[in-house]
Amino acid sequence: MLRDAALVCGKDLRIEMRSRVTLNQVVPFAAVVMLLFGLALGPDRRVLVPAASGLFWVAVLFSSVLAVQRSFALESADDAREGLRLSGLDPAGVFLGKAGAVLAELVVLEVLLAMAMALLYGAHLAGVPVLAASAVLASLGLAAVGILYGAAASGLRVRETLLPLLFLPVVAPVLLAATKAWNLALAGTPDRADGWLSVLGVFAVLYLAIGTVAFGSLMEDR
Amino acid sequence: MAPAVRLREAVALAGNFPLLTGVTLEVAEGEIVHLQGPNGAGKTSLLRLCCGLVALCSGEALVLGHDLAAERRSVRRDVGLLGHSSFLYDDLSGEENVRFALRASGLSGREAAARTRGALDRLDLGGRLASTPVSRLSAGQRRRTAIAVLVGRQPRLWLLDEPHAGLDQASRDLLDGIVAESRQAGATVLLSSHEVARATAVADRVVHLGGGRVTEEPVHAA
Repeated sequence: MLRDAALVCGKDLRIEMRSRVTLNQVVPFAAVVMLLFGLALGPDRRVLVPAASGLFWVAVLFSSVLAVQRSFALESADDAREGLRLSGLDPAGVFLGKAGAVLAELVVLEVLLAMAMALLYGAHLAGVPVLAASAVLASLGLAAVGILYGAAASGLRVRETLLPLLFLPVVAPVLLAATKAWNLALAGTPDRADGWLSVLGVFAVLYLAIGTVAFGSLMEDR
Repeated sequence: MAPAVRLREAVALAGNFPLLTGVTLEVAEGEIVHLQGPNGAGKTSLLRLCCGLVALCSGEALVLGHDLAAERRSVRRDVGLLGHSSFLYDDLSGEENVRFALRASGLSGREAAARTRGALDRLDLGGRLASTPVSRLSAGQRRRTAIAVLVGRQPRLWLLDEPHAGLDQASRDLLDGIVAESRQAGATVLLSSHEVARATAVADRVVHLGGGRVTEEPVHAA
């Protein structure tokens, strides 16, 4: 399973390196969202800094929908999804591989967005270990849920509009917990973020487990 | 010796639409069978059933000893399908596509690399063509890349759906040679082609399909 996961993850990341869709489209989209939030709230740092974490994670959430859609768009061209089914790869490995690739893309996106957040909102990036840990755990949860629901929607004609409807409500706990953890870290009290980190960890493990079990059925014709 | 394919009153549906209405067919190991019939006769559905892409609704289907009703995923590592699509990733080169497919089928990196080179050379896709993204290849070159995947994988059962489509004369001759070689190596071949004379020449037997089942006499288009 892990061998198959590494194979699929490597393939997706190689395609991303070639096409640069995340770098050229998803990152600018997220940066524009951050900029628009800043414009909407005005230049007052007393308003922007407390809201920075929430705005950051909403931008990440919207961007993760695009990353997941891109992950399944790779498989829809030339019926590559059928090729994947025929390959004999372990479906759990395919799930973990695709989630791993989206995770890597989201982490890169978050590093760039965190710098944008510091620049645009004047937020001081304190408590970096907690920021990093919560970012990785939250991204893992987002990637797992995204790939799971992406597979459920991928065979349908309404997949572009259905995916956000399925995905965004389910990841509300990630938005909440990641925002709280970042708020505490940025406020200089990262030691109080343990509970929220645990929520993120449990969410990620839960959806990784569900995806590992359920992905095979979702990949088959219904 | 058990037959490579044994179908008894096999029925397959797409929603409520009947794809196969009760196919009974036996194909011996090492045999080449040409499926003939008008459009909509069920040729493609039969090939897709044999590799587990279409679910069996009722009847019996044993492929290479696997019961498709219970274990349709298990058969896939031993079966190769050349379908209407090429199952290739546009942003990867021909070499990367073939190597990924071979690694996915369970081969080690070294074995996959060696077989990839051999298969691409066999299909006259070596040199610069091998490292060109498949999005820049012609339709015929893409088709040959898809055939190279089968040559590299060396499946026990070849399922060829309109394999001559999009190929020039030389490539069609090359494909027929590859089919004959695969049979010499012990593989079984089920092929459907509107190139009737060419397919019949390479086949041991012709099976006529009409209305989603095997018929005694050729069925002509309405």
